Formats: sequence, C-alpha cells, structure tokens
Amino acid sequence: MPSDDASSDPRPPSAALAAWSPIRTRLRRDAFGIALATGAYAVSFGAISVASGLDVWQTVALSAVMFSGGSQFGLVGVVAGGGAPLAGALTAVLLGVRNGLYGLRMAPLLRAGGWRRPAVAQLVIDETTAMALAGQQEAVDAGRPELADRAGRFGFFATGIALFTLWNLGTLIGALGAEWLPAPTVLGLDAAVPAAFLALLAPRLRHGGPVVVALLAAAVAVAASPFVPVGIPVLLAALVGVVVGWVPNRLAGQDALR
Amino acid sequence: MTLWIGVLVGSIGCYLLKLAGLSLPASVLANVRVQRIAALLPVVLLAALVAVQTITDGGRLVFDARIAGVAVAGFAVWRRWPFLVVLVLAAATTALVRLVWPGS
Repeated sequence: MPSDDASSDPRPPSAALAAWSPIRTRLRRDAFGIALATGAYAVSFGAISVASGLDVWQTVALSAVMFSGGSQFGLVGVVAGGGAPLAGALTAVLLGVRNGLYGLRMAPLLRAGGWRRPAVAQLVIDETTAMALAGQQEAVDAGRPELADRAGRFGFFATGIALFTLWNLGTLIGALGAEWLPAPTVLGLDAAVPAAFLALLAPRLRHGGPVVVALLAAAVAVAASPFVPVGIPVLLAALVGVVVGWVPNRLAGQDALR
Repeated sequence: MTLWIGVLVGSIGCYLLKLAGLSLPASVLANVRVQRIAALLPVVLLAALVAVQTITDGGRLVFDARIAGVAVAGFAVWRRWPFLVVLVLAAATTALVRLVWPGS
C-alpha cells in the first residue's frame, strides 16, 4: 500500500528544496512586513523622543544600542514627565527583562556561540522571537517538521536584520523631522506616548491575562505620584509585580509565560 | 549630561539582559517564581506608565485633553486597529480637544 507519509517515502534532495522554497518565501515576506510596520513606528519614536527633550544623537543611540521599543518608550516617557534619567533607565531595563527570557527560549534554536553570540543577542526581541516560533510552526504545518529549526532560524534572522535596519532608519528620520514640528502638546504627542503603552499592554491582558494586577499597579503608581519624585511611581508598580509573582495565587493570570 | 548617563546605563542594561538570555542555562526558566515575575513585569510597568502619563504631570494629578486621546486609543486598541492608527488617533484627538478648549 503506497503512502504519502514522509517517513515511509524518502524523497530525493530536490523534494526537500521544493518544500523549503515556499516556506522561505512566506517567511521573507512576513519579515519584511513586520520590519516595515515597526519602521513606521520608529519614525514616531524618533519624533516623540526629540519632542520629549532628548537630542538626535541620544535618540539614535537608544535605537541602536537599546533596540527594544517598549524600553525605549519607557525611558523617554519617564524623562518627558520630568523624571530622573536613571529612573528612566531602570524602567527601561525592567521592561527589557522579557528579552532575556526570550533569549533563554531561543538559545537552543539559535545555537549562537563564540563571537556570534554578542551580535545575535542584540536581535532577541518581541518580533524576532515571535517570527522564529512562527517559522517553526510554518514548517510543521507544511508537513516538514524536519525543516522546523531551519525555518525558525530563518524567521529570526530575516526579521532581525530587516527590523534593525528599518528601526534605526525610521528613528533617524523621525528625530530629524521633529525639529521642524510645533510644540508636542499642540500636536497631542503627549497623549501618543501613553497610547503606545496601552497598545503594547493590551495583548498581554487578553485571554485571561492579569487585568487585576494591571489595575492595582496603575492605582499604586498614580497614588504615589504626588509623594515621590517623578519616575519612581512606575518603579513602585514594578514592586507590585514582584510581590504578586512571588506568592502563588490566581491574580498572576492563566498563561504565565507568553 | 545626566541624560546621556541614563541613555547609556539603560541601553547597556537592556543589551546585557539579552546577552544573559543566550548565555544562561535554560534551567533558570524552570523556576516558577522567575516565570511569574518576568511575565508580570511588563504588565505592571506598562499599566503604570499608561496611568501616570495620562493623568499626572510633573508629579501632580492633572486631568486634561490627554484623557480624551487615551480613551480613543483604548477604543482603537479594543478594535485591534493597527499600532500607528492608535498613536495617530490619540494625538489627533488630544490636539483637537486642545484646539476647541485652549489650555486643556
């Protein structure tokens, strides 16, 4: 009885290539789409950063070295509100903890040792991790699980390289363009920053996410605002997360690691 | 100058976290507490940033046109509109409210 099952049908090498080619095409297209969208987001980051009081070089340095949208907006947001730059830096670092977590997950797939590791590490962010996982899934869905790791790596690097390029280009354009803009409050840019945070927060609260903890953190931060220096309320909210996460309870949400 | 220190400390800190992720043994993830806290940190920080940036200014409670902008952004996020649309709607709404009620 003939079967299409891959295990009972050892295909010639050309068949592997035929299976890989459409996977690669799809991943390349998705990577470019994501990079283009985040590049446009980078333009708004560049503009808001300069409008918040950072100069063009500081803004460009953030995108090149920090290279993590949430953290960059976190630092700029604290500084814009009149907070100490170090409080902004700490906020950015705490927001960047998740990238370390992604790295733990990605390490076996990327197998980046030696001199490559410092360069690969910079690319470990939300989008590249998501695309690595999507690439693996793509290969499995195509009935070629043996290509999963190759597709995962391709998704990671295609997205990472395209995104790093367009993210920094977009930042530069936004930062230079901001010098010709009117005052940030006239344009409502001071509301665009919390709106950006809200958009980053929402996916983490869907599907049984920790809504109660989020509300508690927001309440603590606002309540503390009149009494502590600007920038500290957000760090106090981080403490809420540490305390709630430390003790086993149901507030932490259903899916702990996303 | 202190702004540069903040930019550099924050940037290097964020980079070292990424490097640590690729370098540490995966067994770190086995700790349930680490998992829970790491998953909660972005949520509590982002929630606090939304609240603080919407209704405070320089450490004081201030209720102004930003609330309208963020409310519209909330609607757009709920409708799952694209990120840039959310940002533009928030800014445009706030700018419009200020145009109609100067000083808000």
